Amino acid sequence: MNDYVETAEDTQRGKFLTFSIGKEAYGFEIKYVTEIIGIQEITEVPELPDYIKGIINLRGKIIPVIDVRLRFKKEPREYNDRTCIVVIDIRDISVGLIVDHVAEVLVIPPENIVPPPALKTGFHNRYIKGIGKIGSEVKLLLDCDKLLNDEEIDILNSAVE
Amino acid sequence: MSEDGISKEPMLEMYLFEGNQLVEQLEEIIIKCEKDKKFEMAAINEIFRIMHTIKGSSAMMMFNQIGSVAHSMEDLFFFIRANQNIQLDFVGLSDLVLAGIDFIKAEMNKIEQGNIADGLGDDLIAEIKTMLIQMKNSYENQNTMPATLPDSSPDGAKPKYYISSYKKPSEEKRLDTKYCVEIFFEEDCQMENIRAYMVINNLQDIVKDMYYIPANVIDDGDSADIIREKGFLICFSTSVSYAEVESTLHQTAFLRRMEINQVDQYPDAIKALYGKREIILEDAFEVDPQPKIETAEVGKEGDLGIGNSRQQNIISVSVAKLDMLMDIVGEIVISEAMVTKNSDLAGLQLDGFSKAARQLRKLTDELQDIVMSIRMVPVSIVFQKMNRIVRDMSKKLAKEVDLEIIGDTTEVDKNIIDHLSDPLMHLIRNAMDHGLEKKEDRVKAVKPSKGKVTLEAKNAGGDVLIIVRDDGKGLDREKILNKARERGLVHKPEHELTDKEIFSYILLAGFSTNEQVTEFSGRGVGMDVVTKNIEKIGGSITIESVFGKGTEIFVKIPLTLAIIDGIEVSVGKSRYTIPTISIRESFRIDESDVTSDGDGNEMIMIRGQCYPVLRIHRMFNIKNPVMRISDGIMVMIESDSKTACLFVDKLVGEQQVVVKALPRYLKKVQGIAGCTILGDGGISLILDVNGILERQLS
Repeated sequence: MNDYVETAEDTQRGKFLTFSIGKEAYGFEIKYVTEIIGIQEITEVPELPDYIKGIINLRGKIIPVIDVRLRFKKEPREYNDRTCIVVIDIRDISVGLIVDHVAEVLVIPPENIVPPPALKTGFHNRYIKGIGKIGSEVKLLLDCDKLLNDEEIDILNSAVE
Repeated sequence: MSEDGISKEPMLEMYLFEGNQLVEQLEEIIIKCEKDKKFEMAAINEIFRIMHTIKGSSAMMMFNQIGSVAHSMEDLFFFIRANQNIQLDFVGLSDLVLAGIDFIKAEMNKIEQGNIADGLGDDLIAEIKTMLIQMKNSYENQNTMPATLPDSSPDGAKPKYYISSYKKPSEEKRLDTKYCVEIFFEEDCQMENIRAYMVINNLQDIVKDMYYIPANVIDDGDSADIIREKGFLICFSTSVSYAEVESTLHQTAFLRRMEINQVDQYPDAIKALYGKREIILEDAFEVDPQPKIETAEVGKEGDLGIGNSRQQNIISVSVAKLDMLMDIVGEIVISEAMVTKNSDLAGLQLDGFSKAARQLRKLTDELQDIVMSIRMVPVSIVFQKMNRIVRDMSKKLAKEVDLEIIGDTTEVDKNIIDHLSDPLMHLIRNAMDHGLEKKEDRVKAVKPSKGKVTLEAKNAGGDVLIIVRDDGKGLDREKILNKARERGLVHKPEHELTDKEIFSYILLAGFSTNEQVTEFSGRGVGMDVVTKNIEKIGGSITIESVFGKGTEIFVKIPLTLAIIDGIEVSVGKSRYTIPTISIRESFRIDESDVTSDGDGNEMIMIRGQCYPVLRIHRMFNIKNPVMRISDGIMVMIESDSKTACLFVDKLVGEQQVVVKALPRYLKKVQGIAGCTILGDGGISLILDVNGILERQLS
């Protein structure tokens, strides 16, 4: 059993699912991803911060969806057939992330990942765990945990209450 | 605690599970015996066996206090069993055993909570010992002065009862027979070594000497594996009959296969292990062959006992797993609808498909029913607890009371059962404390001196009705009305108030007509809590009463928490479900009926009453709703005596929905109770009427 888990983690290690929002390319560790689905009907839930779009019915399971665009304070954009919901699972919480489109799964060896510069000025710097190099391209690697469980959510929530 | 190789957790869990079950069983037996005013032989054996088991397993788990309390009670009942025609201080005995039960319960509760079982049972043990000595003395007295002086025992004032007597069979001496028994337990029954120990324990009372392989069942953790693979071999010699031996052994739980052989010589393996050493068991004593009758009884009392056949037919499953199962079945039902009503199939002539789809529908419906029924438990679990309360209270209040239980096989969802116990306890206490009159008063009122409380459960449509009825003095309409007037609760012309409305005042917080506060009731908190608890599970309470004749309290509860009746409404593009139970009416009105104050708060006048208008789209900020009052529809909602009108676009329909919680990730929104999946796969939010009213009107 233990062996199995270890090998599963091994095959997932260093693999990143990359997607794009506008011009930037992002990625996060594939071990968090459970599935990728097309955009579907979203039920709005009142009193949530604007970037939480509502809830969807994922085969009987109700999960909240977050628009990553809005999370990063970018302009909203109409959803189209390339818009995807990436379902991630962190600490038993399933959340769907709405992204412009999903690119590919890449292997980024640890030596090609550098920590982000210590700039604290930008907004989404806070959610970036590292910067990965693939040839000449640069992917911003997200910290999923922080993306979901940032204190900001609590602040926003208490603001609306 | 224990340092053997076996993991502690499942063992502890098993111990608690079994222990709790046994204790509850014991309580039931004692109360039943007390009611019947005699201890049947079967009951005594059962009590003895339960105490014996608790003692054994507690000692094994190193809960010594529980063990020693159980041990002393076991001694007590051993004595009673051995001397059946003894006079018993019946009431004292029941009290003592119940005290013991309470102690064990409290300790087990502590263990369950992860605390240390630190209660000391010394006082209790001392009391039990005193009882035993008293009993022995009185037994001796009885023997020396047979029947001439029935009141000669120390506390002659108390009523005495006789145990139904048994013939003592002649003490014929039989030759010892040697047996060799091989036992295999059910696979996966766990803790084989402890089960083996139980076998040894059970046999101890009837055998003279005993040898077994593996020899060290308790201390050696590996023995479980050995028993699992090779079986458990016991050899013993005894004077009791073969049938007796067999029935004793058959009491073993999780028995898969057993072979009993009469032998002249113990097998070599045993001899090799034990050598020439003579092993004499400490507790070995002779038992007359009489218990033959007793075992026959054990077979009959199936509903009392934990007969082994029963244990194998019932398994316990964690509720979490059942919830998961129910979720999945819910999904199957929805996806079935998605497949068979798929829009791709529209207009196609598909005879074979329709037939198969119908079959599928039938099966999924059946599946859903079965899953629901698995979660159903009979209310008897809660009702039986009331026996004890009635017993204790009738003693303290010095009122003689009969508790009648009707329809305790009625089943409700497990979730609901858990919330039922407290409210019922309150209602029963109320009925006994202020419902029933004192004995003298009852005689004056030409009623039987013994009061009667009835607890009834029955199915009523999609609900379960629980009725608590007493034949006491009934509610005083005028007194309640006066009190309500004093407190300014009467909002209607008094002649319009129905009895039901007046009686429902006693359900309000802090309302008590009882001038005296007793240990049990009178502070006006009880009924309020009852109402809150019942409402929490979606139920309601109504009261009927005839002054001088008695009171009936009707508690209506839904069969299950997971499914509610709801009216689906739409606002803009969103759909909401309003629980039918909180809707009073719905109607269309004209623009001109709505007036608004300076702050934009709207209100309407209906039948002389003014209600606030709440527009859902304003409250939840929904885009593109119907704005004109005359185009939408008003739904009057009510909860906790607050009322308001919700303005929605239109009513979509009524249906039963499966309640699902909102994802944990979303913080709780006041006014939304959860969500549900509609037949077309869409999601509808379920409104929490109470929450809406609270947030909008306070």
